[in-house]
Amino acid sequence: MNIAVCIKQVPTRDWQPRVNDGGTWIRDRDVTFETNEPDAYALEEALRLKEKHGGSVVACSVGPERVAQVLREALARGADRAIHVEHASVEASDAFVIAGALAAAVRDERFDLVLTGLQSDDQGFAQTGVVLAERLGFAHATIIMEVQIESSTVRVKRELEGGWFQWVAMPLPAVLTIQSGINHLRYATLKGIMAAKKKEIRKVAMPAGLAARQHIVRLYAPQKVKRTELITGSPAEAAKTLVTRLRETARVI
Amino acid sequence: MILVVAEQRGGTLNRASWETIAAAQHIPGGVPIVVAVLGGSGGATTAAAQLAAAAVHEVVAVEHPSLEPYTADGFTAALQSLIGQLNPTSVLFPHTYQTRDFVPKLAARLDRALLTDVTGTKPSDDGALVFVRPMFQGKLTADVRPQGPAPHLVTFQIGSYRPDAAARGSSPAPVKTVAATLDGASVRQRPDQPYQEARQAVDLSQAERIVSVGRGIKGQEHLSVAQALADALKAELAASRPICDAGWLPMERQVGSSGQTVAPKLYVALGISGAIQHLVGMKGSNVIVAINKDPDAPIFEVADYGIVGDLFEVVPALVKALNE
Ligand SMILES: Cc1cc2nc3c(=O)[nH]c(=O)nc-3n(C[C@H](O)[C@H](O)[C@H](O)COP(=O)(O)OP(=O)(O)OC[C@H]3O[C@@H](n4cnc5c(N)ncnc54)[C@H](O)[C@@H]3O)c2cc1C
Ligand SMILES: Nc1ncnc2c1ncn2[C@@H]1O[C@H](COP(=O)(O)O)[C@@H](O)[C@H]1O
Repeated sequence: MNIAVCIKQVPTRDWQPRVNDGGTWIRDRDVTFETNEPDAYALEEALRLKEKHGGSVVACSVGPERVAQVLREALARGADRAIHVEHASVEASDAFVIAGALAAAVRDERFDLVLTGLQSDDQGFAQTGVVLAERLGFAHATIIMEVQIESSTVRVKRELEGGWFQWVAMPLPAVLTIQSGINHLRYATLKGIMAAKKKEIRKVAMPAGLAARQHIVRLYAPQKVKRTELITGSPAEAAKTLVTRLRETARVI
Repeated sequence: MILVVAEQRGGTLNRASWETIAAAQHIPGGVPIVVAVLGGSGGATTAAAQLAAAAVHEVVAVEHPSLEPYTADGFTAALQSLIGQLNPTSVLFPHTYQTRDFVPKLAARLDRALLTDVTGTKPSDDGALVFVRPMFQGKLTADVRPQGPAPHLVTFQIGSYRPDAAARGSSPAPVKTVAATLDGASVRQRPDQPYQEARQAVDLSQAERIVSVGRGIKGQEHLSVAQALADALKAELAASRPICDAGWLPMERQVGSSGQTVAPKLYVALGISGAIQHLVGMKGSNVIVAINKDPDAPIFEVADYGIVGDLFEVVPALVKALNE
């Protein structure tokens, strides 16, 4: 079972949004980065499949120099090696550009499975994995909560809306987009971190000729639509006021 | 021409299909709208008859045995050929899980732009449409333009238009049934029947009051803070997805698109940022209270009352005030 896992580096969850002067992208220099949440679950799932079926796990990321950090983390958690597609401008990229780059990077390696997260926390296209499947000619399924390998077939549990699920089978090779919560994450051990230092991060160049199919004209703070009554004061004062509002104005308690 | 792709199961349309029709009607210029609905024989036709009530140019039921049940390969192939025949300028979808599953593949196959999770459209100076979509988990909004030749594919976020905002026609729109161009043997996915996991002990949809916790609660050991408030309010405890993913509360207490949809009299969100997948599950609540330390958290967009502060200070104070 040779598995590629696509990992995106995104701003940390507590990052306070700041837009650049042109109003077209975020101010990159203010940002600290981490692994996109569902991608961490995708990596964990790949490691578990490898433990069960043998094979190897390769972490892949497209981005500038800084993405080496999330790849090193993936290696420390147990990935065997990594591929870094060097790409300076994430902001000018869409899912077509990234999927094109990922397809070029993994195409010749004969992976049985390619795992991605279902969505990125920054651009949030919810497209890259599925576009990648089409570019590779692989079958695919999305929003996956369980994976079972049965020789040349994979059976997956798809999450549907409102607490519904569905099992779907398809031939390998396949691309699966993984939902957060599919498993419980392991953390890197000191041993893993040491071992990662000896593992390979292969750098490859961005393939030529990939054009984005969308373009941000303007990026801005959301416009407020609803008027929330913000209750101020010390915690005790605010609590008192809120209780009064709920009892006397809203009458819900 | 604008093509809207509606979604049905067993002949029943989802509400989001009407929302997308409303989105299409909202686009200025009086461009004719055609609605397509895909399925096996029966389901698509039944749904098409309902769609005919909308003020649209035409409804097309696209039928094939391989379109029931839904598969990504089947729907991609059928729509690829339909789009080839109709030659629309844009193709609109509701941003459902089914759409997420196959539309990126369709866009990649056609090599056409796909804008996802769009909440609105607006004309720009040169007359071309600009699409509005959230980015960075709703912390920022982007005005986006598709690049390259038509058709452009667009998916609309659930709830961004009201289903009853879809204008109805004075007489039913013409309905046409066409056989999909599709080779059943090319469909690789073999789906089983959808199912729900064992019936759940708590039915949050019946709760009058709900106290819901998010990642701001930091650890399972702090859940007692929220429980104390729930007790004081005689409320059920619920949570955002990450809390259930971590196993701190059972899945049956998850509110949102993949969990339960609730509409209590009172919904108190503690340390929940207000991602769209959470909001769709609780927006219908009568009164919403948000307690969050980030004044810009999107949850304040839907809250009636908000306290910007540390929940570990505010919640105990609230319990005290309630018990006084
Ligand atoms: C297909 C799909 C389906 C999904 N389904 C669901 C679903 O059904 N339900 C769901 O909830 N999510 C769902 N999600 C996930 C969703 O996108 C968000 O990731 C999730 O809702 C975030 O949960 P949160 O608000 O608890 O955490 P975060 O977004 O991390 O927010 C934590 C909040 O706590 C605040 N905070 C931190 N510390 C404190 C403190 N001491 N006091 C006060 N406030 C504090 C922070 O300011 C922040 O706003 C889904 C996602 C996808 C892609
Ligand atoms: N730059 C990238 N490098 C590696 N993987 C990526 C990148 N961008 C997106 N992905 C993968 O595609 C998934 C979906 O991203 P998106 O289509 O942006 O929502 C992510 O969860 C990642 O697994």
